[in-house]
Amino acid sequence: MPVLTYREALNQALREELARDPDVLLFGEDVAEYGGSFKVTQGLLQEFGPRRVLDTPISEAAIVGTAVGLALGGLRPVAELMTVNFALVAFDQIVNHLAKMYFMFGGQCPMPVTIRAPGGGGHQLGAQHSHSLEAVFSHFPGLKVVYPSTPRTAKALLLAAIRDDDPVLFLEHEGLYNDKGEVPEGLEPLPLGRAEVVRPGEDVTLVGYGRMARLALEAAEALEADEISAEVVDLLSLRPLDWDTVAASVARTRRAVVVEECWPRCGIGADLVAGLCDRVFWELEAPIVRVSGEDIPAPYARELEQACIPDPAKIAAAARRVVDA
Amino acid sequence: MNRQEVLRAYRQMRLARAFETKVAELYQKGRMGGFSHLYTGEEAVAVGALWPLRPDDHVLGSYRDHVYLLVRGTDPGAVMAELYGHSDGCCKGLGGSMHLYDRERNFHGGYAIVAGECPVAVGLGLSVKYREGDQVVVCFFGDGATNQGVYHEALNMAGLWKLPIVFVCENNEYAIGTSVERSSAERNLARKASVYGMPAEAVDGMDFFKMVSAAERAVARARRGEGPTFIEARCYRYRGHSMSDPATYRSKEEVEFWRGRDVLEKLRGQIRHDFEVPDEEFDGLDAEVREAIEAAVAVAEAGRELSLEEARKLVYVRP
Ligand SMILES: Cc1ncc(C[n+]2csc(CCOP(=O)(O)OP(=O)(O)O)c2C)c(N)n1
Repeated sequence: MPVLTYREALNQALREELARDPDVLLFGEDVAEYGGSFKVTQGLLQEFGPRRVLDTPISEAAIVGTAVGLALGGLRPVAELMTVNFALVAFDQIVNHLAKMYFMFGGQCPMPVTIRAPGGGGHQLGAQHSHSLEAVFSHFPGLKVVYPSTPRTAKALLLAAIRDDDPVLFLEHEGLYNDKGEVPEGLEPLPLGRAEVVRPGEDVTLVGYGRMARLALEAAEALEADEISAEVVDLLSLRPLDWDTVAASVARTRRAVVVEECWPRCGIGADLVAGLCDRVFWELEAPIVRVSGEDIPAPYARELEQACIPDPAKIAAAARRVVDA
Repeated sequence: MNRQEVLRAYRQMRLARAFETKVAELYQKGRMGGFSHLYTGEEAVAVGALWPLRPDDHVLGSYRDHVYLLVRGTDPGAVMAELYGHSDGCCKGLGGSMHLYDRERNFHGGYAIVAGECPVAVGLGLSVKYREGDQVVVCFFGDGATNQGVYHEALNMAGLWKLPIVFVCENNEYAIGTSVERSSAERNLARKASVYGMPAEAVDGMDFFKMVSAAERAVARARRGEGPTFIEARCYRYRGHSMSDPATYRSKEEVEFWRGRDVLEKLRGQIRHDFEVPDEEFDGLDAEVREAIEAAVAVAEAGRELSLEEARKLVYVRP
């Protein structure tokens, strides 16, 4: 089976969709001539020409607004925001327009828009460039939020996002771009809103997404030494969220640790804990524990920043606590 | 300008150049991380634009910000330590290269969101006007920033309220890999700004004296309460956008052309000619600068990072 990086898998999905559907077009800052600031769109201008692959000025609000207009015009735009940090500059267009229009206008205007946005911390970029905004954007009904963790899921979910008639915020973790993994040829889109059990286990369920799903897997492997069998669920989609898969796993293992890169207050983890309590409270043997990003803006200093991001050791420690409870 | 003043300008520019050269070297050795955007080639813009300022005037800029602080007089050791992420850095290691700050010298930030500083300059300008002071705000940003909505909102308000701001656009022709022709419907950025009720002119940013006289006029206007001015400084960055950009989108000839107009060489030639400064005097200044840089590196090397405990205490003034 071909082995690709996360970056190459995304590039392949974009290439296939551009080739398959003439209504798909790609645009954003430095996506065409420069090949994307993380090189995800490399080669696409050369292959599909400037009518399909366009550079824009540094104008995030207008980029998203343009995507909205293109969708109204019957096209399927894929816009890249150079990083998710700059989605905040476009926040109004994303939230007040893109996410609400289908509903607000009585179901008359589908919004087949995909917004790709790299993000996540760990590169010493300081507080304005290290945001993990998945919780913020998952707040809004009307928007779908996807966060793949491997090359295979990255490709399959991007195919699905582009073909989806609803607006999708497609989050990519900057720390995963060079990760390698098997991507089958002829891979089909993966339905949005479905989680995957990526490792079966008996004693505790570790729930993660994006890079956090990878770290949860590492933690699960480390827990083997303590004879703790951890099941790992990779959420893949944060909205809609596959409650059935998550709840079924937790109901079976009766213990859970949820891992989020974002801040803990009003975050993905808080939402998961509440949702699981609704569904499986009486099955639980122990309170659910969250492992979150440290509740401070991202510091620049190297070790300090690392201390603020969940890692396998913290996840494993949380799992031990839950199992010992 | 007298002899002493031109030599001070030369020293500032030399310090800026040497600092950035050292940063590139240390960055490649892994002594610092993150994004690092160097100012090499654009020194005349910062040194010239800040020349007429008093210590109580205000300055803000983008993420390409090391040099502004050096010109304002921040200790190079505090800037270098910040790039190392150490607690004696000018932001205690929490800000890093893109988010520098020096309250004491009225340098109000380093902003890593393109054009993010423009409305902040409006607020500072309004604060000066509110207090009926005569301070001036100098706000630096790149050509790419002129395509942001908030940039236009900020210029409009500054013009409307006649705020004491000098907007200095460092037009180095590129926003990462995208040239001005490919990003701005109006290539003439002074003209693009001129509709917001302020005089706007393009200046050769590779000529220190031309930068100074444009800045002097703009600052005087602001002090008299006549409102903002826009200066488009035509310049060039010698290196890639940041340390991770090989800048393959530019031709060798283009880079050579600009390097051939190097501001430091040019200023040195002018001073040598007009003030008959002997080479030994330049060599002396250069040696002094080298020592200052070595001292800065020593400060940075000796430091340590803040602990998580200490950092947590900095989220709120009063938790
Ligand atoms: C709102 C926003 N969008 C995108 C970026 C990514 N980015 C960082 S620098 C840059 C180019 C800016 O170019 P310019 O304003 O000309 O300044 P220069 O770097 O040339 O000094 C871009 C697109 C950002 N930091 N902020």
